[in-house]
Amino acid sequence: MEFFTISLLNGLSYGLLLFMLSSGLTLIFSMMGVLNFAHTSFYMLGAYFAYSISGLIGFWPALVVAPLLVFVLGAAFERYSLRRVHKFGHVPELLVTFGLSYLILEVVQLIWGRSVVPYGLPPALEGPLFTIYGTQFPKSRSFIMLIAVLMLVSVWLLLTRTRIGLVIQAALKHPEMVEALGHNVPRVFMLVFGGGAALAALAGVVGGNTYVTEPGMAASVGSIIFVVVVVGGLGSLAGAFLASLLIGVVQTFAVAMDQSFAGGLQALGLAVNSQTFGYELLSLKISQVAPILPYLFLVLILIFRPKGLLGTRED
Amino acid sequence: MSETKSAMGCALELKALRKSFGKTDIIRGVDLAVQAGERIAIIGPNGAGKSTLFNLISGRLAPSSGEVLLNGQRIDGKKPFEINRLGLSRSFQITNIFPKLSVFENLRCGVLWSLGYRYSFLRFLSKLDDANARTEELIHQVGLDKKRDVLAVNLTYAEQRALEIGVTIAGGANVILLDEPTAGMSKTETSHFIALIKQVTVGKTLLTVEHDMGVVFGLADKIAVVVYGEVIAFDTPAAVRANARVQEAYLGSSVADAQGQGH
Amino acid sequence: MTPSAVSYYRFAPLNLGRALVWTLFALLLILAPLLFRSSLALTMLSQMGYLVIICLSYNILFGQGGMLSFGHAVYTGMGAFIAIHAMNLATQGSLPVPLVLVPLVGGLGGMFFAVLLGFVTTKKSGTTFAMITLGIGELVASMALMFPGFFGGEGGVTTNRVYGTPFLGLTFGPQLQVYYLIAAYCFVCTALMFAFTGTPLGRILNAVRDNPERVEFIGYNTQRVRYFAFIIAGFFAGVGGGLSAINFEIVNASDSLSGARSGGFLLFTFLGGAGFFFGPIIGAVLLVFASVLLSEFTKAWLLYLGLVFLFMVMFAPGGVASLVMMNLRVVKYGLFKPFWALYAGLVATGALLVVGAAALVEMVYHIQLNSALGPEVAFAGLTLDTSSTGSWLGAAALALVGLGLLEWVRRRFARAWSAAQEQIEAENKRRAVA
Repeated sequence: MEFFTISLLNGLSYGLLLFMLSSGLTLIFSMMGVLNFAHTSFYMLGAYFAYSISGLIGFWPALVVAPLLVFVLGAAFERYSLRRVHKFGHVPELLVTFGLSYLILEVVQLIWGRSVVPYGLPPALEGPLFTIYGTQFPKSRSFIMLIAVLMLVSVWLLLTRTRIGLVIQAALKHPEMVEALGHNVPRVFMLVFGGGAALAALAGVVGGNTYVTEPGMAASVGSIIFVVVVVGGLGSLAGAFLASLLIGVVQTFAVAMDQSFAGGLQALGLAVNSQTFGYELLSLKISQVAPILPYLFLVLILIFRPKGLLGTRED
Repeated sequence: MSETKSAMGCALELKALRKSFGKTDIIRGVDLAVQAGERIAIIGPNGAGKSTLFNLISGRLAPSSGEVLLNGQRIDGKKPFEINRLGLSRSFQITNIFPKLSVFENLRCGVLWSLGYRYSFLRFLSKLDDANARTEELIHQVGLDKKRDVLAVNLTYAEQRALEIGVTIAGGANVILLDEPTAGMSKTETSHFIALIKQVTVGKTLLTVEHDMGVVFGLADKIAVVVYGEVIAFDTPAAVRANARVQEAYLGSSVADAQGQGH
Repeated sequence: MTPSAVSYYRFAPLNLGRALVWTLFALLLILAPLLFRSSLALTMLSQMGYLVIICLSYNILFGQGGMLSFGHAVYTGMGAFIAIHAMNLATQGSLPVPLVLVPLVGGLGGMFFAVLLGFVTTKKSGTTFAMITLGIGELVASMALMFPGFFGGEGGVTTNRVYGTPFLGLTFGPQLQVYYLIAAYCFVCTALMFAFTGTPLGRILNAVRDNPERVEFIGYNTQRVRYFAFIIAGFFAGVGGGLSAINFEIVNASDSLSGARSGGFLLFTFLGGAGFFFGPIIGAVLLVFASVLLSEFTKAWLLYLGLVFLFMVMFAPGGVASLVMMNLRVVKYGLFKPFWALYAGLVATGALLVVGAAALVEMVYHIQLNSALGPEVAFAGLTLDTSSTGSWLGAAALALVGLGLLEWVRRRFARAWSAAQEQIEAENKRRAVA
């Protein structure tokens, strides 16, 4: 029971982090049709900027400043690079973000080095929020959950209750018409792209010190985010939410479980030893299989429900 | 002619066809029977659902309910390529060709399946005599001989529309659907194009969506008038012209009344 | 009246040109090691040989089919693993496969996995397809850690390519013999893949790239077209992987199945030019130059690569091949004369910019990576001092001057280029009417 509760809470916080990332990706994709390959690179930048800024003026200002910096960078990229490529189609757009991810990785390694940086938690977030069944649930993880929920709510409010949000929603479906109505749609695209980048950076600010901040963080979470988006259904925020939580929870559970299929069979009384066919496969512990679970999900969804869990658009 | 013909002669039949998107009913129960070899024009106000009807017939959309029968066989719910293989082909209102292939290649792609070449990767296109001969024939029919090796994206608009027709008829389908084939053309281009259409659809069943009444009256054996997702009239051009419901739909009820009263 | 059939098929002129090109290609493959005799050159040529196959196989998906794959390394890697196990089995005597056929075994391995994974992968197209290939690439790469028996764990799987009876007196121990084996496969595979572009499936694949929806309306199941193309690409990828296994006698999961490797194939195929058949060949050559030579010269090579790629996507999305063809077109119309000077100007001013910027980058990299070695860094024969402001200012000034001059030359180039294009269009119109 203890294991279940703690794992569930951990899984939810990880899932919400995944959702923070995948929601920004989904928004940019829905708006501009661009799949931002560099989205998790912005996540990484957020973490690294927060690391440096925390060192200068503390964590709490960094929570605001780092996403702002990344917002500017993202908007600049859209304005000077992505926009130029727009006329070539979606594949070059994807490629240019791919190139950007390469660049960001190199620059980050150049400035901060290739190993883990000690981006630590501020004193206010250290320690447990509460103790349940003798195991602690850290404040940092609950903070992630808090930030994720706040972010969600504010983005939803922005999109549905403000004028700019209305323009954004309209530009989502009919950019040309909105432009004909006199709105500066290119500027809207720039702001949305920058906004998406800032959201990713925010996730990085809180995720970087709860988990680890190192150059590989973009790639390792990148593929999972793409899986989340496909499993949830491309273009569906609700689907991304569902898929994030699902994958977050399942993976958190799996990583902590040391049982194996062979063990299960043995418990049932079947003789399973190293001579059994497929023993190598059967003796794998669930924790060893955990890294590939998201990708297995991907394959299963594609076979049985290619539209995604809550997919809206036909690709 | 309002008696139902036997299914034998019926090339295309729609039975109680319905399509809704969410709560909006676009097609509200359409019944239509088209005999083999007939030329039908589908007209109606904008938003009536004409293109949706084509999409339902050709497999681009699946109906919410009802049946579509091609030569007596149900094709509703089938994929576009399945329907095409059964002998129905369509063109598009917005030109839908292969931009980076030449005119010749565009047309040749259209003939490949019907000649049985399928997914073959062990034969050379240059050696497929029947495909190449048929393609030459097509290029001549649509009048693009001089533009044989020009990339489709570099053609003029009217030439692209001609290519569009060419790709549509390439596979030798017997039921042809043309969605606003003369859209965006000048008067001379249009009359030229109508002659082309007549020529290439000899002996085939033709359905076209059209707005140009001159085209409609010159081309069609029968006209189907679609208004708000229903067929309100399906008759010879003369009969449709005199039909009160049609007049009301196009001109408004007061005018129709006035006409009816002989003012 | 249908015109007679004879006038359609264009024969002699085209075939002669084609035969010439292929002969030159074969001669190049045969003579290259004789022209470039160093062992470094031989290493590079060997790698180019099978990378040409791999990049061409990638372009079946990308350039010909419009399928952007981020997971091509799966098929090259699995082909490599299967090939290397085949070699080990052959060495033991359990599987009598002569070395010359091992690449085919690799090809079958790649094809097997393409059949297995391709069905699910090709269910979607466009951006979703790209993400699926990424996910499946990660899936396979992660699974490698779970099966050390097959994948050899961290050390990978090693082999000895000298086994069994020599083939026509060749043991394939010396690198030169391996090169010629690679070159033979390179020639044959290139020819086969070129032939593929002229088959019904190849052409319909192009149609799917251009307009996947329309293809359905001319009777083809788009997904099946993609699936078959995927399998064919997987076969040739496996051949390339098998050759790499022979070449290095070791295959390592973290290297051969990695997303970085897939990204590399994508990057260089794109750089070479995906719109022309020979583009990936250029890309493969560039790949070897970059990974073998450039990485030796500078630690910042990945940064340069990323920048080059970014600029290529923005300004020349057709890659090097398209640049070559555009210029050849200008040459064909006899309008190239003014461009000699303009290109020289671009190169010269560009060089200033690149040298200045590179000096800055090198100094920054030096501080980050090698500061323990002192403040001096060797750069193109000079010695820069990262601790002196003079070096920094000098480099920055050089870069800025280069940038300014480059922009000036670029504008003149752009004017001349559009003038030339207009002349070409006018000439085309004149010829069409005539």
